[in-house]
Amino acid sequence: MDSRVTTLARQAGTATARGVLLVAGAVAALVLVLVAVCSMAFMALGAGVLAVPTCVRGLRWLAQRNRELAGKLGVPIEAPYLPARDVEPGIVGRVQRCRWLLADPATWRDLAWALLNTVVGFVLGLLPVTLLAYAIEGFAFSAGLWQLTRDSGVQFWYSFIPIRGWPTAALGALFSAAALALWAFSAPWIVKGQAYFSKPLLGQTQRSRLAQRVRQLADTRTDAIDASDAELRRIERDLHDGTQARLVAIGMKLSIAEHQLDSDPALARTLVAEARDASAKALAELRNLIRGIHPPVLAERGLDAAVRALALDAALDVTVSIDLPGRAAAPIESTAYFAVSELLTNVSKHAGADAASVHIGHENNVLRIVVTDDGRGGADAARGSGLRGIQRRCATFDGTLFLASPEGGPTVATLELPCALS
Amino acid sequence: MRVVLAEDLFLLRQGLVQLLQSQGFEVVAAVDNGPQLRQVLLRDPPDVAVVDVRLPPTFTDEGLQAALEARRQVPGLPVLVLSQHVEQLYARELLADGAGGIGYLLKDRVFNIDQFVDAVRRVAGGGTAMDPQVVARLVAGTSRREPLSALTPRELEVLKLMAEGCSNAAVAQRLMVSPGAVAKHTANIFTKLDLAPSDDTNRRVLAVLAYFDR
Repeated sequence: MDSRVTTLARQAGTATARGVLLVAGAVAALVLVLVAVCSMAFMALGAGVLAVPTCVRGLRWLAQRNRELAGKLGVPIEAPYLPARDVEPGIVGRVQRCRWLLADPATWRDLAWALLNTVVGFVLGLLPVTLLAYAIEGFAFSAGLWQLTRDSGVQFWYSFIPIRGWPTAALGALFSAAALALWAFSAPWIVKGQAYFSKPLLGQTQRSRLAQRVRQLADTRTDAIDASDAELRRIERDLHDGTQARLVAIGMKLSIAEHQLDSDPALARTLVAEARDASAKALAELRNLIRGIHPPVLAERGLDAAVRALALDAALDVTVSIDLPGRAAAPIESTAYFAVSELLTNVSKHAGADAASVHIGHENNVLRIVVTDDGRGGADAARGSGLRGIQRRCATFDGTLFLASPEGGPTVATLELPCALS
Repeated sequence: MRVVLAEDLFLLRQGLVQLLQSQGFEVVAAVDNGPQLRQVLLRDPPDVAVVDVRLPPTFTDEGLQAALEARRQVPGLPVLVLSQHVEQLYARELLADGAGGIGYLLKDRVFNIDQFVDAVRRVAGGGTAMDPQVVARLVAGTSRREPLSALTPRELEVLKLMAEGCSNAAVAQRLMVSPGAVAKHTANIFTKLDLAPSDDTNRRVLAVLAYFDR
């Protein structure tokens, strides 16, 4: 019971503090609205072009703080801004930036929010503080301060109660207790009310959501094209410098052997043997190349067997558990395979681990791959180019790679690829 | 010796038929797809089947599946599997029934005719012929695992060559030791792997199986 009271008091206290923040935010919003309107008015004069971006940045900062506060109160609000565009340097860039800032509907919605928030934020923010102060005032007078006002000849009214003596003071104390209770129960909800008011104006709209999606798709498409282009060039180079050159050499050796067959059979024999060895080397190179493009086991058996084959070839103990009711599309399988391959390579190279495990499952239309090792941890996705490569590859399918690697281990890499199984 | 051959690429099929015939084998059937291979193997089991892993109509591991299926119906039917790539996974599946008469080689091994023919004969005789590459890929992580951790490095080396299908004499030649020493090593291996005395070929297969079944 006691802890319930303290929890209630603490929550109400926090809410009151947040209310004070809201009041400060409302005042800041008022200032920003005034400055923004002025700088927009000065657009025609040119000075506005310089001032508007700064204003908008301030407005966005304030709106973002409000979103964060709302998030803490359990009302998540996503930022709706259109993705920033590249601008030219200098004054031209400033004009461009100014134009796309003003073209972004979110800027105007921010402004409308700021205008309304000067009132709503102010009132809702002030309410908890006022309630608390009112309760404290009541307690103070009921405790005896009323005697001072009586002596000075001024009649003190606490709400509708004229406090003239101890009986009315007791009534006042009761009323103060009610005010305190009201504060304790309502403060969190009042502050939350401001978050609900903010949400429609500060949150995502259909359009901003689409714009962000388009930007993400364009980025991942560029990455995918770049990656496949680089891959093709690598294959071309390998074929050109390796296999092709070897085949030319084999042809030359064979034609010399053909000419020397009668005059120098011993030399011809040596050359033929050399040609045979060269063809074996060319085959080995091709095998490696093919493994890098699309591993044969994956083509023959699918993801399940291919990952098991990877585990068998790994330099450390790898336990595999796979629970897939069907097959994913070929590009997804390939991405998943290379991701597991890269992750296991990382484990044996950097983690200093003795054992690793790979789990693959499929739930709610998401293929989830978890690679765990018992190594020293401390892996950082931002540093490893291999991990970034996996992230890029996954992003093409709206997939994500999440790495949890505390110092001292264990490292858990979780890969999620949205896909349906067939 | 009667051989069934399954290979979908015309040039390779012709080459293999020519090679086998030149070495005195009788090629009773040369097929180019999985269903036909199944039919031929079950209708009249040959002395040995030489099979490509990837075959039509699925172009997946059709040949391997057909071979495994045939061995389930005709236990110990000697099969030499050829492939452009070797996988430990497939090697284990092939060896899993412990019946021997299994070979698994890269197609390049055909270049050395003597060794290839030797491998075909060995498989036909119930022995094993594992590609050095697939054996080599085992070596890295195998030695610290039970029960192989009990073997000395020399014994592991002998076991590795046994997995490739070498006879004691061949092992002796490769390691440049006396056949007597190799015989001692193999005896030790059999003891440490707890393989009861039976005929030598069978024990060799079981030792190799232990090697793969880590």
